[in-house]
Amino acid sequence: MAAVSLLETRALTKAYAGVLANNSIDFALERGKITALIGPNGAGKSTFVGMISGRIAATSGDVLFEGQSIAHLPAHKRIQLGIAYTFQITSVFGGLSCHENVALAARRLTGRDRAALEARVADALDRVGLSDRARQIASDLSYGHQRLLEIAMGLVQAPSLFILDEPTQGLSEAEVQAFMALMRSLAGETTILLIEHNMSVVMQTADRITVLNYGEVLASGTPDEVRGDPHVQAAYLGTADA
Amino acid sequence: MSRETTLHLSVLAGLALLFVVLPTYHAGNMARIMVLAIYAMGYNFLFGYTGLLSLGHALFFAAGMYGLGLGMTGLGLTPLPAFALGIVAAAVTSAVIGFLALRTVGVAFMIVTLMFAQAGYLAILYLGAYTGGDEGFVIQQAERVLFGFDLTADGTRYFAAWTLFAISFLILARAVQSPFGLTLIAIRENEERTRMLGYDTGAHKLRAVILSGTVAGAAGASYALLFGYVGASFATVQYSIFPLLWVLLGGAGTTIGPLIGVFFMFYLIDISSGYTSAYMLVAGVALVLLTLFAPQGLGGELRRRVAPWLP
Repeated sequence: MAAVSLLETRALTKAYAGVLANNSIDFALERGKITALIGPNGAGKSTFVGMISGRIAATSGDVLFEGQSIAHLPAHKRIQLGIAYTFQITSVFGGLSCHENVALAARRLTGRDRAALEARVADALDRVGLSDRARQIASDLSYGHQRLLEIAMGLVQAPSLFILDEPTQGLSEAEVQAFMALMRSLAGETTILLIEHNMSVVMQTADRITVLNYGEVLASGTPDEVRGDPHVQAAYLGTADA
Repeated sequence: MSRETTLHLSVLAGLALLFVVLPTYHAGNMARIMVLAIYAMGYNFLFGYTGLLSLGHALFFAAGMYGLGLGMTGLGLTPLPAFALGIVAAAVTSAVIGFLALRTVGVAFMIVTLMFAQAGYLAILYLGAYTGGDEGFVIQQAERVLFGFDLTADGTRYFAAWTLFAISFLILARAVQSPFGLTLIAIRENEERTRMLGYDTGAHKLRAVILSGTVAGAAGASYALLFGYVGASFATVQYSIFPLLWVLLGGAGTTIGPLIGVFFMFYLIDISSGYTSAYMLVAGVALVLLTLFAPQGLGGELRRRVAPWLP
């Protein structure tokens, strides 16, 4: 497994005043695939990706990226390794233009090379369909467009791991369709860890699914395996057998 | 040439022309305004562009001022190396204070910087044997000569102030358009997001404090050199509040705001003190009106209404 895993966690644990938000999670992320992380509200999904990206300090356990432990690295160093993170609650630079939002994400990589920067920004805006709004101030965009801008800010970094925290939340049906098309176009290009509530998005885009419940891994596998798992059905539907 | 560069060069050309048209009294005022505007621009770099509100910049201003003053009177240096000493003193001071104060954020950052500046002020008084205490000391006219120019003459003083202003103005105008400056603006807008784009925001903020403090120190050194006086009153909390008011008045986060702010505040006090001894009341009312009707300052209003491209 080590050769195909881009990211692994070993016994990753987060305790808030004795409450285990994440309890000893062992997880491996397959390179080049879309893996969805699902689970009921409060299952610990955001805590888990927070510990991967470095926003939240782990209580114990280890995170390995490309086989190296990154648990001791601050968030910005992890991002520099090629992990991009989009926020669950839209977090664009409201006072700056769309173009500058994406440029900020790219400039760390292009440095003073203006031409390379412009090309990357134009490409990322084009992929999410915001090219004609490049000069608009981000806070003037509709909510759905701000979500797309977040995604463009991740894309432009050409990350090897792209963590998307509930990207389709609040999007219209048409925007969700466009988002799924975008995800599929990224297949093979990057590895995606998708936290998602919208089950049709998960079932149509994910190669693998991991289910969290009460801070523990409940099930892991292909969409069909997970769908058929009685424990998962119990967690979501509340039947009595689990 | 970009609009930004055109604007900046026009401002500098306008200031140079003013010397020819202004009467001596006002030309003297403008020299002082330009030096204080260097201070305001240094402050604006941290407050307006990085979003860090310091209440301790008087310490950096004083570090530059005493660095030059003590260098000249104590060590017997000529103006140029003494000026360099002032800049180094301010850079070192701001690096140390920045390193310590940036462990805090928001209101705590304001209070910590204020306390360090007060400690600096008291240290100046305590070391009165060297610093002259609250009386300060004068730099003799005969010593204030740079490259053969007598800096106490009206014309040379004006153009020395103009040159120092121009250098600081162009450096900072370039800095805020550079990748470094654009990242600072991002930190001001949303620090957590900037961090999650892979930027070391702590290191960026420290560098911003150092650049801001060093420019403030350069202003202090310029003031001592051009006006010949070094005193503890420049290290008081009042001199930490002044740049904040100037920048708020002129427009935080604009390149020309600090100059506008110093100019208006200077003449507001100059003119109103001719009519009443309660001139600070007039300044206070002006600031209240500004907060109500132009919270972005004059430069900010200009950007909002006329020229959204204003750097």
